[in-house]
Amino acid sequence: MSSLINQAFQNAKNENRPALLTYTVAGDNTKKRSLEILKSISNYADICELGFPHNTPIADGGQIQTSAYRAIKNGIKINDVFSIAKDFKSKKKNKPIILMGYYNMIFQYNENKFLEKCKKSKVDGLIVVDLPYPENKSFATKCKKKGINFIQLVSPTTSEIRLKKIIKDSHDMIYYISMLSTTGGKLKVSPKKILEKYSKIKNQNKSKNVVIGFGITEKTIKSLKKADGLVVGSAICKEISNSINKRQNTVTNVTNIVKRLKNKIK
Amino acid sequence: MKLKRGIPLIDQHDQHGFWGGKFGGSFIPETLKKPVEDLTNEFKKLRKDKKFLKKRDHYFKNYIGAPTSFVKLDNLTNQLGGAQIWAKVVSEANGGAHKIYNATVHALICKAMGKKYIVGDTGAGYAGKMLSMAAKKFGLKCKIFMGAKDIKRQKPNCDAMRKNGAEIVPVYSGSQTLVDAVSECMRYWVSNCDNTHMCVGSTVGPNIFVKICGWSTAQISRELKVQLKSEFKKIPYKIKLINCVGGGSSAYGFWSEFIDYDKKQIELIGVEAGGPKKSKLHAAPLSRKTKIGILHGAASYVCQNKEGQINETESISAGLDYPGVSPMHCFLKDTKRARYTYATDEEALNAHQMVTKFENLNPSLEPSHAFAEAIKIAPKLSKDTIIIVNSCGDAKKDRDILRERLGKK
Repeated sequence: MSSLINQAFQNAKNENRPALLTYTVAGDNTKKRSLEILKSISNYADICELGFPHNTPIADGGQIQTSAYRAIKNGIKINDVFSIAKDFKSKKKNKPIILMGYYNMIFQYNENKFLEKCKKSKVDGLIVVDLPYPENKSFATKCKKKGINFIQLVSPTTSEIRLKKIIKDSHDMIYYISMLSTTGGKLKVSPKKILEKYSKIKNQNKSKNVVIGFGITEKTIKSLKKADGLVVGSAICKEISNSINKRQNTVTNVTNIVKRLKNKIK
Repeated sequence: MKLKRGIPLIDQHDQHGFWGGKFGGSFIPETLKKPVEDLTNEFKKLRKDKKFLKKRDHYFKNYIGAPTSFVKLDNLTNQLGGAQIWAKVVSEANGGAHKIYNATVHALICKAMGKKYIVGDTGAGYAGKMLSMAAKKFGLKCKIFMGAKDIKRQKPNCDAMRKNGAEIVPVYSGSQTLVDAVSECMRYWVSNCDNTHMCVGSTVGPNIFVKICGWSTAQISRELKVQLKSEFKKIPYKIKLINCVGGGSSAYGFWSEFIDYDKKQIELIGVEAGGPKKSKLHAAPLSRKTKIGILHGAASYVCQNKEGQINETESISAGLDYPGVSPMHCFLKDTKRARYTYATDEEALNAHQMVTKFENLNPSLEPSHAFAEAIKIAPKLSKDTIIIVNSCGDAKKDRDILRERLGKK
């Protein structure tokens, strides 16, 4: 049977648009609120990425750092992340959820226990920012055995040979990092160039779903709509920060931004 | 887990970059894979390149001022009445600390790779100061990442960096110390790795940075070996090499030539930062029971909580105020080749006071931790025991802290 992640891409394709992937941090700004946000935005997002926050995130820019620190400060624990995921999936069982974070959190929890917990919470996929190929081979295999998608990342610096190997070992989805940047950077490469590299990846194996992330905002999303999927993270985290600062309703505001993002790629 | 003889410790890792199968590695974002691989290949080539080695030796001698002196601390020895206490005065090196070795080598590599920009992290400010010096010397543009707390407490070094034309980027996240500076520096490199070279300031970070730094500071023990032979005719029978350990670059450099010796002949003692006496926070992952974790691209013993969040640390010495430690030191600990302990802020301050009172030496707060251990054990040891402390930094940078804590001018 095709994975929920695959199905989500297929549904978007049927509607002749890219899939919309959102990223929010579990526990930002509270456990309860982050679950509400997740449920609400999933009405518009095709796949939801949920970050398990780490306090030394070496690949994240300011917006996601702020969200992560805020969540940790408010006491989020890794088991809370699983319970958010589980609760979410019990209400939205066909909506794929991907957990994303840094390897130390998995390492301390224990790889096998972590995956067991993912399975129980019905997590569909995992992105581990600092566990690159080929070091991630054994963990990726473990994921596959548990029916969890391990999502490989590729970047503009990934060499051709490496790209081939990574694609060959990838599961249903590949994440292309649009530019040399941490998350939330300003898009400093032209959409045309990004899409050229994207096609190179896509042409290696058309059956893989390739998404583009980093630097995608309301302003830039439309220009990349040829991709299989587009990830928006920092722009959403920023909206959460803004809403908190203005004492406005985070759920409403974040939902609105996701709604607008979706409209731009329809 | 076993140490090999006749192979430098920096090369005793497996194909994935792990020492002892579990320390080190390269836990890096995909974007850094290529630049790290390029750097790895370049370093592999350069360290065998006779021209490059000649250049290194030239700058070590004429720019850094090798060899730094090896002296007996007669007054301190007499005062303590036990083992002989000697010091390797690495703080004589250009700039005032061992950080100049790594900085110079990185600047040379940066030049060899045709990059014009160099970035680095700093805690005590020495790594930053030296990198700014080397950058100036070799015509590179330099950015230094430094925690906002450290910028305040190590002002003299910041002044020096600015004078050398480097830009200091203050880091306000987390505890605003070294750990955050390293993270921010890595983030910057992720975004600019196409034209920028990164220097990690200690034997920490992804495998290749551990190696380059260790290869650079090894100069210290090469010099010491020659100096020991000329002073004692042969390597003495009972030696204790005491060094402070933050990331562990000076300790590795001080020990590297002596790791193959039997530990009964040459004992290696690493002294970590125990923090304020009554505080629970410390920066002593090796001596105060921590678990292995991943920090800044490498697996090592790390001060962290059960979940894997990195702990804030606290130490009077900015250079030791770091929750992780070099994977090579983890390996030396687990193979029991080196012994690790810690000194508190107060013990380090007392040691600083005692050394400066009796000797014409002004060790910074980092090596003062090592002196604290020397002062503690010397009285109990025989007169033919040779304690050597690596006095790896000068206390000029600690002016403000010493004034506040000891009323020193």
